[in-house]
Amino acid sequence: MRLKAMQDWLDERLSIKTLSGAARKKEVPVHRHSIWYYFGGMTLFLFVVQVVTGILLLLYYRPSAENAFESVQFIVTEVQFGWLIRSVHSWSANLMIATLFIHLFSVFFLRAYYRPREMTWVSGVVLFFIVICFGFSGYLLPWNKLAFFATKVGTEIAGVIPVIGRPMLRFLRGGDDVTGATLTRFFGFHVAVLPATATVFLAIHVLLVQLHGMSVPPSVQKQNLRKMKFIPNFLLRDLIGWILAIGVLAALAALFPWELGEKADPFAPAPAGIKPEWYFLFMFQTLKLLPAKILGMDGEVLGIMAFNFVALLLFIVPFVDREPGNQRRRLVFNIIGVVALAYIVVMTIVGYVT
Amino acid sequence: MSNMLHDSPAPSIGPSGVEPGRRRFLDYLLGTSAAATFGAIIYPIIRFMSPPHVIESTESSVVAAKLNEVPVNSGKIFKFGSKPGILVRTEAGELKAFSAVCTHLDCIVQYQAETKNIWCACHNGHYNLNGKNIGGPPPRPLEEFKVNTRGDEIVVSKA
Amino acid sequence: MDHQIDRIRPALAVMVLLILCTLAFAQKRSSCIECHVKLDDPRLSGPAKLFDNDVHRGRGLSCNDCHGGDPQAETSEAAKDPRKGYLGKPRTADVPAYCGKCHSDANLMKRFNPSLRVDQEKEYYTSVHGQLLKTGEQRVATCISCHTVHGIRAVNDPLSSVYPLNVAETCAKCHGRAEYMSDFKIPTDQVAKFKTSVHAKALYDKQDLSAPTCNDCHGNHGAAPPGIASVANVCGQCHARQADLFQTSPHKAAFDQQGFAECVTCHSNHDIAAPTDQMLGTQQGSLCVNCHSNGDKGFVAAGHMRSRIEELIASINKSNDILSLAERKGMEVSKPKFELKGATDALTHARVLIHASSTAELDKVMAPGLEVAGKGYQAGLDALAELGFRRKGLAVSLVFILFLALLVYLKIRQIESRQPIAK
Repeated sequence: MRLKAMQDWLDERLSIKTLSGAARKKEVPVHRHSIWYYFGGMTLFLFVVQVVTGILLLLYYRPSAENAFESVQFIVTEVQFGWLIRSVHSWSANLMIATLFIHLFSVFFLRAYYRPREMTWVSGVVLFFIVICFGFSGYLLPWNKLAFFATKVGTEIAGVIPVIGRPMLRFLRGGDDVTGATLTRFFGFHVAVLPATATVFLAIHVLLVQLHGMSVPPSVQKQNLRKMKFIPNFLLRDLIGWILAIGVLAALAALFPWELGEKADPFAPAPAGIKPEWYFLFMFQTLKLLPAKILGMDGEVLGIMAFNFVALLLFIVPFVDREPGNQRRRLVFNIIGVVALAYIVVMTIVGYVT
Repeated sequence: MSNMLHDSPAPSIGPSGVEPGRRRFLDYLLGTSAAATFGAIIYPIIRFMSPPHVIESTESSVVAAKLNEVPVNSGKIFKFGSKPGILVRTEAGELKAFSAVCTHLDCIVQYQAETKNIWCACHNGHYNLNGKNIGGPPPRPLEEFKVNTRGDEIVVSKA
Repeated sequence: MDHQIDRIRPALAVMVLLILCTLAFAQKRSSCIECHVKLDDPRLSGPAKLFDNDVHRGRGLSCNDCHGGDPQAETSEAAKDPRKGYLGKPRTADVPAYCGKCHSDANLMKRFNPSLRVDQEKEYYTSVHGQLLKTGEQRVATCISCHTVHGIRAVNDPLSSVYPLNVAETCAKCHGRAEYMSDFKIPTDQVAKFKTSVHAKALYDKQDLSAPTCNDCHGNHGAAPPGIASVANVCGQCHARQADLFQTSPHKAAFDQQGFAECVTCHSNHDIAAPTDQMLGTQQGSLCVNCHSNGDKGFVAAGHMRSRIEELIASINKSNDILSLAERKGMEVSKPKFELKGATDALTHARVLIHASSTAELDKVMAPGLEVAGKGYQAGLDALAELGFRRKGLAVSLVFILFLALLVYLKIRQIESRQPIAK
């Protein structure tokens, strides 16, 4: 009774009944590909974990070259449960990127970008790049040797792009070299710029999903599908996944704590075998394998331009593969998708093994 | 999860569904379990947010000693971040602080009251009270720190 | 009138300039060098060519300033005229005086470098080389043997034969040749031995120019081996602490009585190796048992000191091991590891203190050292305990989490048994 009174009070002022009505009406189709529906929500959940643990870390972290490493060391050794918050933050970042890849590829193969969902796809690709930037900027923040050199190499690669490369490098680094200025700048990106942009695009993305409802893959479209209610059925299933994710994160934090390493020293030479994080590894490995010169042009530049080109292609997928009925086009795109996925997986493994 | 779908409703007892007692028990368990898990998540977060014993992370300044611990014409080794420092009260009563790491081979220096210099026992290196290397193998002066007093505490910070 | 002066002025200036230039060139002109560089015999052209790098040339001096003669003369006879002061090549025995002509003259030297010493010649005659030279022995080192001649570089020039990194090689030119030194009845393995020493390692590998080479212990101009009574003073220049401690030890009186050289007896002189704990103690192979035997006070002290040091080493290793273990398991232990260094400092201190051969003094240092090591061990235990706590905490939380997931699953089943998902 009191609950109803509260609801009425809120509804009079915020019209929550329309929202809750819409939520109650939302339905999710049930078919053999339904499992993939969970990955968007899982990515969102892990993002929320990132925001919460990130804000907590913000209470103690200091973004300057003199203090950053020591402040993370402080969090991990002196702050109560600091080790837990920090390790969860680092592990959840990786898990989120993994689920993001799964979400991206599942949406691709299940053609959830067909009309009218093109904008959902585009906003999703933007979010993908935002998350990659989150990973890249966050990685530097502990200011340890590995992160310092990974950032050096990464921004160096960006600088190789013709015409805009050099100004981009200077913009990213806050100068010509990776210094404390880079750290402060990356911190600003990581806790302010990227969260703000992510919020905007997340809002667009999630709203569009509610607007258009869950897409049904072409292969099961013919069937007369069962539908389960979002609240409570789908949401409870989501919840199981999220609860298990919490368990996984806790286990990873306790059993495989994230390393701190040694404080970065800009004057020391790079340690041997520098590798970026796993989600960049396939690109790094590709660049390592490219010959120095291809058709007279610098091999590395060509490789980077190729990756940039593919990134742009990602945006226009729904505008190229437009016809749901075209079987041949579907097949072509499926092959492209499988090749891309295989390439990423193989290159990542090669990157680790060598 | 499709095995959870039943095509026909199970026999129901009561208007609100299967065995209201069981349902209420499950709801009760779910509620308390959820509350406990929520508590188990909030508890570390609250502990995290409460200030730890050691307040600050980096020591860009440290309380080296109390005023009465450093008599005239004496020196005291203190910990400055991860390195040792030496605090000296000169004959004139002035307080000075330097890095205690000898610039020759990293031994820890000490104050020598007889010569009123800073001395390194390892290879007989000498520094004057400006930190300048004045004798023996040390090739460079000792890094000097800033000294301030706060009440009865001596606070040393990076120059 | 005015324009005549104006025309003359620039002409006058040019003329004065020309005269000055000629004068200047005339001053710097050395017919000795001009002639000798063109000669075929390298023994005659060599000096002239070498002189380009000579430190004396940089000061405006030339051949005649040492050899006499007339550098303006055009012919060999006129240039090398004894009436013009030509001295020719000095005999070996005359070399110190030859150089000393300027280098022992304080008034002259202060015109060039007031801080240079002017007693090298006097010092030289106190050296073994100088003493032997006075007796007529020609095969000894004189100024030019070490400093070279005609291409003499300053001591702080890395290419100089007497630059610290080059001194040992310079001495070895004679002292390393067995056939040359055969009449002098001294060993010729000093340089070879030196090259194996810690001092050589510091000098050549670490480029530490404060490390001693031959002249730092033997002197350079007054080169002589330090006597048995005084070698400790030489070592004590840098190793002051050990020297002071030794003076207070019972060994001092004993060594003086027996005529043993203080530092050298245990550490040797040229092939000074990095000291190890093996040198101390009562086991076979230690230095102590060379004099001490079972039962005497020294034997007991040696055994005690060694065992205390071993105790501290064991404690430090134990702490290090447990901290490394905790680190490998993922715990952050950089702070306790740093603080453990205090124990290693105590160990270094102890190893120096043994020179006093006083077990009481040693024990004073051991106690705080063992305390620090103990603290490190405790920190390691705490880290492992924390690890255990986390794992238990994880196990407990996982039970709760899995239980909750199960309950949600049951809830889903329950809901869908009442209200199955519609088609």
